[in-house]
Amino acid sequence: MNQSALNELSALLPAERVMTQDAHLAAYESDGLTAFKARPRAVVVPETAEEVIEVVRWCHEREVPFVARGSGTSLSGGSLPVEDGIVIALNRLNRILEVDPIDRVAVVEPGVINLDVSRAAEQYGLHFAPDPSSQSICTIGGNVAFNSGGAHCLKYGMTSNHVIGLKAVLATGEAVEFGGRSREQIGPDLTGLFCGSEGLFGVGLEFTLRLLPRAQNFHTVLAGYGSLEEAGSAVSAVIESGLLPGALEIMDALAIEAAEAAVACGYPKGAEAVLIVELEGPVEKVAAEREQLDRILKDTNSFEVRVAANAEERMTIWRGRKSAFSAVGRLSPDFIVQDGVVPRSRLGEALRRIGEMSKETGLRVANVFHAGDGNLHPLILYDGRVEGGLERAEALAGRILEMCVEMGGSITGEHGVGMEKRDFLPGMFSDYDIAVMKRVRAAFDPKEVANPGKMFPGAEAPALSQHGLHPLEKAGVISRE
Amino acid sequence: MSERPVSAEDVAAAVRGHSQVCAVGGGTKRPLVGAGVPIELSALSGITEYEASEYTFTAMAGTPVGEVEDALRAKGQYLPFDPLFVEAGATLGGTVASGLSGPGRFRYGGIRDFLIGVQFVDGRGQLVRSGGKVVKNAAGFDLPKFMVGSLGRFGIMTELSFKVFPAPVGSVTLKVACPDSAEAMERLAEISSSRWEADALDYQGGEGALFLRLGGPRKALDLLSQEIGNRWPGEVTRLENGAIWTDVKEARWGAGTHLAKVPVTPSRIVDLEEGLASLEGVQSWYSSGGAVAWLSFDGSDREALDRRLTDCGLAGLTVRGEGGGSPWLGQRESGKILGAVKIALDPEGKFPAT
Repeated sequence: MNQSALNELSALLPAERVMTQDAHLAAYESDGLTAFKARPRAVVVPETAEEVIEVVRWCHEREVPFVARGSGTSLSGGSLPVEDGIVIALNRLNRILEVDPIDRVAVVEPGVINLDVSRAAEQYGLHFAPDPSSQSICTIGGNVAFNSGGAHCLKYGMTSNHVIGLKAVLATGEAVEFGGRSREQIGPDLTGLFCGSEGLFGVGLEFTLRLLPRAQNFHTVLAGYGSLEEAGSAVSAVIESGLLPGALEIMDALAIEAAEAAVACGYPKGAEAVLIVELEGPVEKVAAEREQLDRILKDTNSFEVRVAANAEERMTIWRGRKSAFSAVGRLSPDFIVQDGVVPRSRLGEALRRIGEMSKETGLRVANVFHAGDGNLHPLILYDGRVEGGLERAEALAGRILEMCVEMGGSITGEHGVGMEKRDFLPGMFSDYDIAVMKRVRAAFDPKEVANPGKMFPGAEAPALSQHGLHPLEKAGVISRE
Repeated sequence: MSERPVSAEDVAAAVRGHSQVCAVGGGTKRPLVGAGVPIELSALSGITEYEASEYTFTAMAGTPVGEVEDALRAKGQYLPFDPLFVEAGATLGGTVASGLSGPGRFRYGGIRDFLIGVQFVDGRGQLVRSGGKVVKNAAGFDLPKFMVGSLGRFGIMTELSFKVFPAPVGSVTLKVACPDSAEAMERLAEISSSRWEADALDYQGGEGALFLRLGGPRKALDLLSQEIGNRWPGEVTRLENGAIWTDVKEARWGAGTHLAKVPVTPSRIVDLEEGLASLEGVQSWYSSGGAVAWLSFDGSDREALDRRLTDCGLAGLTVRGEGGGSPWLGQRESGKILGAVKIALDPEGKFPAT
């Protein structure tokens, strides 16, 4: 981008909200996928939807690539800037415009923090179900763009299941409104198509979210096992019983060790794996279901079962789980995390094979995963200062993704394809499938200015860097999931 | 002339072989079938994969939903969104294309929330896959969701994958009488946000009654029913069975020859009821916690209803009733983007335009 173009851009917003100095741009070079960086030419900080629309129209006209960004927590490099392009930082569009307890919806701007939606809805006994681990910092705009998940997806689905309407500016500059306040709609589901489009269609400006009643009661159980296989069998037993827990999570020995060191969560000593099961609902229902769950877990090979007696103990159990990733990060200068999915019945096999690959390559892998929906999260530990360290870790990550596809699963359950996994998309889809996706993308963005270089294979790779943990992760504010 | 393909490849060949085609499933929603050579999907039928422990199944698009429900029931599972017109013979593909969900969408979401993968033939006569076969997947654009409510305008679906849930071990249906619509809406809001976690919550306009369904262990249901009964003394009746829900799913509650779906929100219902009051032949049923109004009417009321919905700022889709013409009522969809996506998927206009 040349100086005259930059001058034009600067005229669209007040000077202090168009940043072009290296010192400012550096903060936007990377996102949650810290291994990569790219320097944008400018970062703009709009405060209104109209300003965003103007910037996007200008980008479309001048064919300048842009990347919309919230808190930059993407683990797939989804908000990685395009070299010499524009970053549209949406953090100041952070108003919760409305919480309506009658229609049970919240209308929010893209820069609103995920957890703030539930906080605003709490007074009405409602909440916003999607809860990615970074929920205290990640924004709704990013959640929608990458269809984020969390620990409750089996029962409640992902972000796209909770977005019922939106306003957006498409990459062509067209301002659109999809869906609305009703949970139902007629005509093709454009809202659903926009969710998870990874910023390739345009920028979401306002989202109508469906709110659900907060569960009255929880029954949270922590069970220790002598092996991952046994924990996996326990998951199968719970699933086959007909119960539908709100969460079903497993951590392996390395993850437990790290969490223990970091937050002293007091998990069963000597466990090769722990299983967290959480039932939720009206107290009468939970009371009946917990009897059933207790019987099931008794018949598994758990050597210790602990039940949270109160909200505080429940939080302690979850603290271990939620801190696991940043905790594991402390064991190693660098790590990458994958989020491939396998059919649940093949979880045991998948973990065994990951273990074998780990031994083979000499790279340590910790596992923390959403067992209920087969969503793996292998954490591959490496040292970026060692020559070829990142490349070896990436090669292992790639083998794990290929295994997920081979088993009939997916390369990503909740982080999105982004920059990181774009070369693996052809493993899941045929050339023609991808050609059709590209045609759809062209309908929204004929000039390919919106977040180019993501999702589809074959684009130029940005520079590598060695950042270690995300600064917020180091501070314990966010964690990867 | 019509085609009756027996495989997905056959469907693709049929699309290549004609200049205009139109998918036909069980024929339970005739107004939604457009012009062009009918591609009858009845031979493209059967469940191809069902592993109960995965909470997923895959079936061909012409599979009757009833067949799917039977297979799921045998393993203690169900489609929580309560598909419509199952007894009438609706197919999976038609259910997705029409984008219809029943009362059960209240608790866990509609058909859009349970469809996880789709294979379809695009306007170039090529097979396309989107989504996947596992319950959680964020790879690629979500074309499965786009197919929900698409009315066969962008492709002919050949195979569909769904997420399913374990069926509740027991269920109970309560009727709460409330003739005053404003009061009924207050109660609807209270129940919707309550700790009771109803699986379904419908409102019958006219006479005025709320129907709610609770699911779970029998013991818990008894206690919850008791509490709800005490909340509105003398007005809550525990029904002997769930027949009312079948009436809703098969649209047997209405006397009209036509049925329309109108997306609404609870806060709009009183307005709409007032707007409909002067249209004597129109009956209403509000489903899914007030997210949708089902309107039953005769063809002669169609135009008046169209105008009334426009006045109310609402849009509707006629899903049943002979007479031809546009299925749309009230406000029409607009926007350039839908046209651009249409060209991307169907450049020659092989599939119906509306």
